[in-house]
Amino acid sequence: MRIAVLTDIHANREAFEAVLTDVAAHAVDQIAILGDIVGYGPEPAWCCDTVAALVQTGAVCVRGNHDNAAIGAPESMSTLARKAITWTQAQLARAQVDFLAGLPMTAEAEGVLFVHASANRPEDWTYVTSDTRAAPSFRASSARLILCGHVHVPLLASCDIGGVVREQVFRHGLPIPLLPSRRWLAVVGSVGQPRDGVPQAGWALLDTGRAELTFRRTPYDSAGTAAKLRAAGLPEELALRLLQGK
Amino acid sequence: MQLRPHSGLTIDGFTLGEKLHTGGFATIWEVTHPDHQGPMVMKVPTILDGYDGPTIVGFEVEQMIMPRLSGPHVPKVIGSGGFDVMPYIVTEKIEGGSFLPIFLKAPLPLSDVIEIAARMVHAVSDLHRQHVIHLDLKPENFLQRETGEMVMVDFGLSRHDQLPDLLAEEFTIPMGTYPYIAPEQYLRCRDDPRSDLFALGAMLYALATGRNPCGTPQSLRGVRKRLWRDPVPPRAIRPEIPEWLQEIILRALAVDPMRRYQTAAQMAFDLTHPQQVTLTARAHKLKRDGWLQVFDRWRVMRKLRRFTAPASVAAQVASIPIIVVAVDLTPEGERLAEVLRRAVKRMLLIEPEARIACVNVIKTARIGIDQGTDEKGNNLHVARLVQLKAWANEIELPDHRLTYTVLEGPDPGQAIIDYATANQVDHIMMGARGHSTTRRYLGSVSAQVVAEAHCSVTVIRLPEGGEPRPETLPA
Repeated sequence: MRIAVLTDIHANREAFEAVLTDVAAHAVDQIAILGDIVGYGPEPAWCCDTVAALVQTGAVCVRGNHDNAAIGAPESMSTLARKAITWTQAQLARAQVDFLAGLPMTAEAEGVLFVHASANRPEDWTYVTSDTRAAPSFRASSARLILCGHVHVPLLASCDIGGVVREQVFRHGLPIPLLPSRRWLAVVGSVGQPRDGVPQAGWALLDTGRAELTFRRTPYDSAGTAAKLRAAGLPEELALRLLQGK
Repeated sequence: MQLRPHSGLTIDGFTLGEKLHTGGFATIWEVTHPDHQGPMVMKVPTILDGYDGPTIVGFEVEQMIMPRLSGPHVPKVIGSGGFDVMPYIVTEKIEGGSFLPIFLKAPLPLSDVIEIAARMVHAVSDLHRQHVIHLDLKPENFLQRETGEMVMVDFGLSRHDQLPDLLAEEFTIPMGTYPYIAPEQYLRCRDDPRSDLFALGAMLYALATGRNPCGTPQSLRGVRKRLWRDPVPPRAIRPEIPEWLQEIILRALAVDPMRRYQTAAQMAFDLTHPQQVTLTARAHKLKRDGWLQVFDRWRVMRKLRRFTAPASVAAQVASIPIIVVAVDLTPEGERLAEVLRRAVKRMLLIEPEARIACVNVIKTARIGIDQGTDEKGNNLHVARLVQLKAWANEIELPDHRLTYTVLEGPDPGQAIIDYATANQVDHIMMGARGHSTTRRYLGSVSAQVVAEAHCSVTVIRLPEGGEPRPETLPA
């Protein structure tokens, strides 16, 4: 089975559309969305509706901290994120809020665990930024593969037979064999707000049959999204961030 | 690990037969499978009780890299199993067997040394083109197909530069086999395909002289010496070794990877074009360097932490492309040859390190006497070679980057394609004559080369309607 893994869309319609077009060209059987559909970006309603439609047709989707904040949960956030969330709340219709409120914290399929942040206590939204930070997820879950987002910078880690967790260096666009002798954790890069210096939408393609994971990048019209952000009166930092990918 | 291998054991449909080999880290078994024909072998790592890190990681590396390799120089993978039941990899059996018994007979006749070396280097070049550095090349790790191709095995220390390096953080000491390990491998570099060329140089040295160039050290301290101590020149051990072969061997064994051959294809090219190997001081050397020189090197090298590694295997393989330029030397091809030469000079601006192999084809009769053997044919051969050199003179490249070859064959296009394939050429440049009716129906040499060559081909044309003007030339 080929699964497209998208995360941290952050109400960026241009990036989301570009990735969905790319996904359609890759003969994918299933889509998984790892949360943070809204927040930061200028099109939360459209992104919510699109994800809801995908879920209707079988996509997996879990909840992120921005989704949680948008429906009114008391999340601690940076001033910038808070400003955007307040704006977002005014954009969402009842049905969209209900959709976000109905999202589960985790999902599991084909031996893969989908979660927004660290798999141990997902509601703490811990950032997985290194092999040390990945270790608790391996202890909390017995899944062969844990897929998460939240960080906006991709990362790959393995847990070997001896339980040693190590970060693995990888290249974008090339399939990485997920050796059956190890368990794996991948932090998928962000669709709507990449922060690794590349202003292109990040996502990943998992082939469970071949046990391969490919981190991918899709170029999109970031200038278009930045213009919408400015037109909506959202903070300028958010527009700059998209243009620079950081 | 739940199961131990033994004759008669069946796992995933594979039935183990005779044990063929017991090594330090693995056993090799003959296996059969109802769905797979042909002889196969199973490699099962010998995992010590408890947690045997190095063996496990080495085996994981093989399981990761081997299924991604293809071609005649690696064994084809048929199946593999994980550590939950019994770890194994099943591959085709290479019927020609190990190269080790031949190696142990060294020194070998020089014609055999050259022929064997060319086959080994060719195999390594094929591996590097697949983004993999072997990093443990030694006689035991070469097998031979019955058709003659060398096959590399044991990828437990290898590096695929497009995949995660599971070994990167596993070991704190250098990995490899002491007599063949390159100086930068001693400094724990795992990213340089030129490390494999050092190992090839060491094996070639041993095949020619019967001795290892850096001795047979038993400790890492002993391995370290190769950073400053030069090997005894092969001709000092065996005087009949030609200077060009010593040049090749010592160049492959250069301490600094930058001073070695930069690609396996380049080394293979020299092994198959001995008359055109440029001889340096290395070729004439009959003694090791004096103690003062060695002492100076020791002072520099003992502080060295690393040599500069290439950006990637692919970048290194492409760093010194071999470009074949097929030149038409007939009077009617004169103008085209001139335009072609200008295109070659432009290409050298883009590929400043390229090696240019000029070729010209003498078309022989399909049936009949071979022109090359009679005196007239021989004269023609020499005449063409002289013409080819005169043509290339204006390219203004130093001798060691230009070679000249006159090919013969009934089918000029095929001769060019075969030459390019045999020499792992990166690019062919040639002219195309005008659009005559005969050519349209019978096909031209350039069209055949474009259609059938395995590498990129640039075809140069004269602009229609008279004299070529530089600004309208095709790029």
